[in-house]
Amino acid sequence: MNAVSTAVEVSNVTKRYGDVAAATGISFEVARGEVFGLIGPNGAGKTTVIRMLMEIIKPDSGQIRILGQSLRETTKNHTGYLPEERGLYKKMTVGDALSYLASLKGCSGPAVQQRAAALLERTGMHPHRQKKVEELSKGMAQLIQFIATILHDPDVVMLDEPFYGLDPVNTRLIKDMVGELRRAGKAVILSTHMMNEVEELCDRILMVNRGRPVLYGNLAEIKDRYRTNSVFISVDGDPGRIEGVTGTKDHGAYLELALDDRTSPQAVLAGLIGRHITVNRFEVALPPLSEIFIRVARGQPDE
Amino acid sequence: MSKSLIVFRHELLVTFRRKSFILVTLAVPLLMLAGYLIYQGVQSWHDPGEAETRKIGYVDLAGGFDDGAGLGAEFAPYPGVPEATQALLAGEVRDYFVIPPDYLQTGLIVRYTMRREVETPPDTVESIREFLITNLIGDQTSAAVLERAKTPIALSSIRLDETGEAAGGQDPFLAFFLPYVFALLLMFSIFFASGYLLQGISEEKESRLIEVLLSSVSARQLLAGKVFGLGAAGLAQMLLWLVSLWVLIDVGLSGIPSLSDASLPAGLVVLAILYYVTGYLLFAVAMAVVGSIGTTARESQSWSSIVSMPAVVPLFFLNLIIEDPGHPIAVALTFIPPTAPITAVMRLSAEGVPAWQLALSLALLAGAIGGSVWAGAKVFRASLLMYGKRPGPGEIARFIREA
Repeated sequence: MNAVSTAVEVSNVTKRYGDVAAATGISFEVARGEVFGLIGPNGAGKTTVIRMLMEIIKPDSGQIRILGQSLRETTKNHTGYLPEERGLYKKMTVGDALSYLASLKGCSGPAVQQRAAALLERTGMHPHRQKKVEELSKGMAQLIQFIATILHDPDVVMLDEPFYGLDPVNTRLIKDMVGELRRAGKAVILSTHMMNEVEELCDRILMVNRGRPVLYGNLAEIKDRYRTNSVFISVDGDPGRIEGVTGTKDHGAYLELALDDRTSPQAVLAGLIGRHITVNRFEVALPPLSEIFIRVARGQPDE
Repeated sequence: MSKSLIVFRHELLVTFRRKSFILVTLAVPLLMLAGYLIYQGVQSWHDPGEAETRKIGYVDLAGGFDDGAGLGAEFAPYPGVPEATQALLAGEVRDYFVIPPDYLQTGLIVRYTMRREVETPPDTVESIREFLITNLIGDQTSAAVLERAKTPIALSSIRLDETGEAAGGQDPFLAFFLPYVFALLLMFSIFFASGYLLQGISEEKESRLIEVLLSSVSARQLLAGKVFGLGAAGLAQMLLWLVSLWVLIDVGLSGIPSLSDASLPAGLVVLAILYYVTGYLLFAVAMAVVGSIGTTARESQSWSSIVSMPAVVPLFFLNLIIEDPGHPIAVALTFIPPTAPITAVMRLSAEGVPAWQLALSLALLAGAIGGSVWAGAKVFRASLLMYGKRPGPGEIARFIREA
């Protein structure tokens, strides 16, 4: 990752609250045009890391650089933050709330109004722009808050549990908009418990546990590192006994076959074809991120 | 525009649009006006006016009381009590009195009326008194002596200070009305503005909006914008009240004899505004910290009453401060920052306060504001992000040390 494309650089950052270490030795980088997953169990220190990135709290040690510069007052104008705990001014209209929050990011005037109108249109919220926030449903308020997060066109967007409480339609909408942010060259940091969302959206991840980094890197490489020697198959009829298979797990639509160390997936496939069994699905099994998450969170050794 | 200014503008406009703010701001002048109108109404109730007869009947059993000409009220003689009673029942006189034969020995006068009264109206007593004096000595002395006998004293008390110079402060308006009204206005305005601040911060914390705000502005910018924004709204409110008071004094109080010479000294207004600003800043920062510490708006509200208690302390010593503004307790309260604004304004409106005391009082207030902003901003920043758990005294001390 070269310096020009790097949007966020975190180097050996530490934060303590009294005797509690909320974050220790956290380091990672996020490139422009990348969706980066920040994952970890409850209380792992994810929110602390995000708050330090947003300069809401200061790290005790280490360095954070956003867009190549150390954190300073103007940095906040280039970042957007959707916190896990949502809130807007209930008595204000949608339009006024968006204008005020954008002005706090240094943006005002007709350009912001046009962008607000476009985003409201994009999310289907335009008819509600004159309504008070308290008149909106929870899902609608969440969409408004997402708009407020990106209204000032930030280069770095931090989303803490952005899909929590959203219905499938709005979840899809936010995912699509995250994809648009990536294509527009924005760096997106996604913090969520929903591992399937991370697998779908993220290029790379950092997993923190008890305030420490435990997994960091390319998602595909991490999954490969954690893969077990097993395959998923779906065949017509009963596959019978297969050489080198030490265990079978029936997932309904397919079988998961655990292989011994001497048996390769290719050998299993060749054996099935050799016995003229019709193979409908054959896939080298990679563990889902949720399983890796659970294994790491429980402190299981890396293979 | 700086971010503090954006927050300032937002808070000012939101406060101006608050129904409760508008209501309170307009209610105080209206209450002043209502108080004045009620006073006028009570006065006219005592004064029967042109329509009702002002004639007073009398029965002279002592003899020699026959000169009722040229007096404030009209006096009608009756030969006996039955005739006088008949005239009272017929509405020819509003009341009558009997001068018994032994009046010169006893001084006893018996008055009859059909009105229910708590006490005899002062103007009636004065009229009868005038009638009796005129008849007793009117033909034995000059007109000037007679007039003086009717009103033998027009008392003017002058208090002297330690140097023998007139110290002032005996004006009933300046002595009581002004200190009392000023103290109340100052207290209300400080409490309302700092109360809105507390409410705003605790609601933003409870609704988690604070995290969004802190991702855009620093805690110090947010605190400054809020404190000054609501302070400006409170100052506007205070100025409106002062203007209302000035108009009331200028126009309305001229009708009240004891207050007709009253005026609102310009120096007092300037110092009152100065004490408003400093007093507000001190309580606003304290309220902001309370708002940031509480886990819910309701909890913060209950804690705020403890914080605002010191401001009310001077009212416990109201009489002492007004009657003896130089009393050691009054002076001490002037130097204690939370009690200084209201005490100083009460003392100032009752009599002059030595310049060194004002200077020391304001300097101590400024120091207290500086200290509370320094410590308050740290606690504010650290406490805002603590949800569901209120920091204890130990944690608050740590915030001040570490943040």
